[in-house]
Amino acid sequence: MRLQILDSGHGLGTRALFAFIRVVSRQPVLDIIKLVKYRPEFYGKPMSAVTHEAMRGPSAWSIGDRELMAAVVAQANDCAFCTSAHAEVAKAAFGDEAKVAAVLADLDAATIGEPLRATLRMLRKLSREGGVSAEDMRDVLAAGGTQEQIQDALAVAFAFNTITRLAEAFGFVVAPPRAMKAGAKFLLARGYR
Amino acid sequence: MSDIRSRRQALIERILRGEGLTAPEQRAAAFANSGVTESAAGLISKVVKHASSVTDDDIHRARQSGLSEDQLFELVVCGAVGAASRQHDAALEALAAAVSER
Repeated sequence: MRLQILDSGHGLGTRALFAFIRVVSRQPVLDIIKLVKYRPEFYGKPMSAVTHEAMRGPSAWSIGDRELMAAVVAQANDCAFCTSAHAEVAKAAFGDEAKVAAVLADLDAATIGEPLRATLRMLRKLSREGGVSAEDMRDVLAAGGTQEQIQDALAVAFAFNTITRLAEAFGFVVAPPRAMKAGAKFLLARGYR
Repeated sequence: MSDIRSRRQALIERILRGEGLTAPEQRAAAFANSGVTESAAGLISKVVKHASSVTDDDIHRARQSGLSEDQLFELVVCGAVGAASRQHDAALEALAAAVSER
């Protein structure tokens, strides 16, 4: 990572936690964990509260749907780390690797419901272009998405339009596949708190 | 439905007005991407507009200008949260407009 403090500036207790994670998982500690555990009162704790609510709070969207939204936002922001991480969680949540791969390869052709497709299109535009119009929102509503579902999707986008910027600015490194899968397993079981 | 409003506000309050190693005015400038000191302006602008274009050199230049790693950490966080907040608010406004027209 580009800031040394994020790699090795943590307190003794956190370093012990990282050692425990490495021993138990037999994988390196992911850069996102190092970020949220660095001076957690400043960013990690309040951001985790936002992310957990967006990703695991009550919603008409499934956990898999929301993880797929996170992956699409990350892809739109050219964030390889977050795209890989949340694609893995979505695959595990859906139990369907092909579905997630299809969405990330070609959203228009993927076999998914129209409300989700229209929502993912809107999130992709919001993330790439920085804004969306009322017409874009009408497209989602016309496809069958509800106002509440759109608000929930925008909460996911807020979280990942923040996190992906930090991942790219701080230079997160995509860990080996086994480490990303271990991280996905943890997120699916425990959420973001 | 999920409700991030109070949590998002708590995050913003914390990063802008909580304890830090940069002045609240510096953090507010990074959040707004407006009035950022020259030493960090280029970096924060990239974080806001296209974070994947940030390079090692951007960080190095900001460090050479006298900002510590902790200060850069705070300013980059503020820039990222500010940009995502503006996107979120604008999208909610677009949704409200679409719903009101129905």
